[in-house]
Amino acid sequence: MAIQSMQIFEEMKKGNAARVKQAKEDGRRVVGTYCTYAPEELILAAGAIPIGLCGTKKDPIPAAEEILPRNLCPLIKSSYGFAATDTCPFFMAADLIVGETTCDGKKKMFELMAELKPLHLMHLPQSPNDPASLALWTGEVRRFKEALEEAFQVKITDAKIREAIRIKNEENRARRRLHELNRRKPALLSGVQVLTASWLSGFVTDRRAVTAQLHQLCDEVEELAAKGHHFGRPEAPRLLVTGCPQGLGSEKVIRLAEENGAVVVAQEFCTGYKTLPLEADPEAADPLASLAQKYLRIPCSCMTWNTARMELVTRMIAEFEVDGVIDLTWQACHTYNIEAHRLAETVREKTGRPYLHLETDYSPSDTQQLNVRIAAFLEMLG
Amino acid sequence: MFTAGIDVGSVATKVVLLNENGVSYYLERPTGWNPRQASHEAYQELLHRARLDEAAVTAVVATGYGRIVLSFADWTATEITCHARGARYLVPEASLVIDIGGQDSKVIRIAPNGRVLDFVMNDKCAAGTGRFLTVLATALGVEVGELGALGREAEPAAINSMCTVFAESEVVGLLAEGVPKEQIARGLHEAIARRLASMAKRLGYAPGAPIAFTGGVARNPGVRQALEKRLGVPLVAPELCQFSGALGAALLARERPPGRPATGHRG
Repeated sequence: MAIQSMQIFEEMKKGNAARVKQAKEDGRRVVGTYCTYAPEELILAAGAIPIGLCGTKKDPIPAAEEILPRNLCPLIKSSYGFAATDTCPFFMAADLIVGETTCDGKKKMFELMAELKPLHLMHLPQSPNDPASLALWTGEVRRFKEALEEAFQVKITDAKIREAIRIKNEENRARRRLHELNRRKPALLSGVQVLTASWLSGFVTDRRAVTAQLHQLCDEVEELAAKGHHFGRPEAPRLLVTGCPQGLGSEKVIRLAEENGAVVVAQEFCTGYKTLPLEADPEAADPLASLAQKYLRIPCSCMTWNTARMELVTRMIAEFEVDGVIDLTWQACHTYNIEAHRLAETVREKTGRPYLHLETDYSPSDTQQLNVRIAAFLEMLG
Repeated sequence: MFTAGIDVGSVATKVVLLNENGVSYYLERPTGWNPRQASHEAYQELLHRARLDEAAVTAVVATGYGRIVLSFADWTATEITCHARGARYLVPEASLVIDIGGQDSKVIRIAPNGRVLDFVMNDKCAAGTGRFLTVLATALGVEVGELGALGREAEPAAINSMCTVFAESEVVGLLAEGVPKEQIARGLHEAIARRLASMAKRLGYAPGAPIAFTGGVARNPGVRQALEKRLGVPLVAPELCQFSGALGAALLARERPPGRPATGHRG
């Protein structure tokens, strides 16, 4: 059964770039982001458009390798390659880039990227529960606000921040609703469909409009479900995919898992569900401080100790009725790669679910090897 | 009732014919450049030797990297599942399988019923596999089949590279320094054992319980001895060690006749 509203999102593959270009011509300002740590609310409060930048396709990697070491994660190489070759329409449109000191590879790459565009780097502390971290990070969020005010000659008032928090919360609730449709058994959507809509809805100029579009999709899927629609075989193994960021262009593991007969019902990575339950409080006495708290709670592997990720994965396994976990590490991503050991223990011992760790990059050269591992894992679950 | 299993490996294609009494016929031939043709010929040869008509075989299950190109298989299963089943049949007391094939190596933890509990495979290159030994045997001027017996008492030379290309350079360098090839052969076996032992430890194995050792490299006594020393448990390399995957496929074919495919796999 075809889902009509998916076409809205399919159209975004081409349409998003044209709309950003048009917005620029209409005088709007654009801030490019690379990571879920970028406080988008402040960009909205500055009246600018926050937009995620390209970094999930393999095409510009050879160009990036003229500058960056080969033995670096493909996400960083792809991000830099798109910027250096000027082939990402959103990078072209951006007036300012915001980066964060997350992993070693990214922060050093940002030093080089700063030669290509004005780039504001936020110093992200990495012990999430340390009060000193929150103080430092709150200062960094304030410094970013000031940088936006300076760059765009605007005043970001508390009232504007509160309004932006509401917009962003509504948007994330819509995206969260989409992911949570697959708590149902049998699943209502393929993992690729959820990723497609969730991912493409992040490259838009109008956040309120995209929130409505996400709800429209959810409404339609629920109506179809009432008529008996579901995705895949009812008894298909239900997988949770976690690990490094995955988006369109780098969704190969999710795609292979579903081609082999599974349904990826849960996506615990930062471009999936990971950040969606986190909200700032629009009514907080200091809304900027509330924003800082929200972002420091993201359970990224850059954090030490990142126990919040173990808790989130455990909770999602129960809520999405997951049969098995696939943990994807992009080659040379040390933080996720090392954390795989603890996650494997948590998944096996706390939830009793089988766990598969995969390490790969953006190239299709290991498709057959991945296929064997994924198919064998599914046979094990079957 | 006859069932057949066919394991289309990177180096050799193995076929096994199974009846109520166990394995009735088996054979292998080089896979070469055309896995479809090699597997077809191997299967026809098997039927010919058994004097069987194709219709007399209830089900055929294919495995190995070339499993998807077969037209005569009823369904397919991965080599992980098949090796687990085959090894369980050949070495019933084993709860762990170490399989070193032509271009991959794997360690599988199995349940008493032969089901896979967990597994690890080598990275995407052929480091520490049969291919590695074949290339390095050539560098030493011996047949790969002779390598295992070479230098079992010798002091191992240190081989640091697991990459086949780098290891070849390293071996050429050692030969130039005058290091005897017995020591180099022993060093190569130690290098493979080091890698596989770390995979086995990563997966967790029950100390004391014997480990089934399968795949073409299981015929190499040097690797087996080095692995036993590192793991402190006996490794049992069954006579049909190379046919474990094909045997597992034939066993699966017997358990699950056509029409009831495994998860998402088509024939």
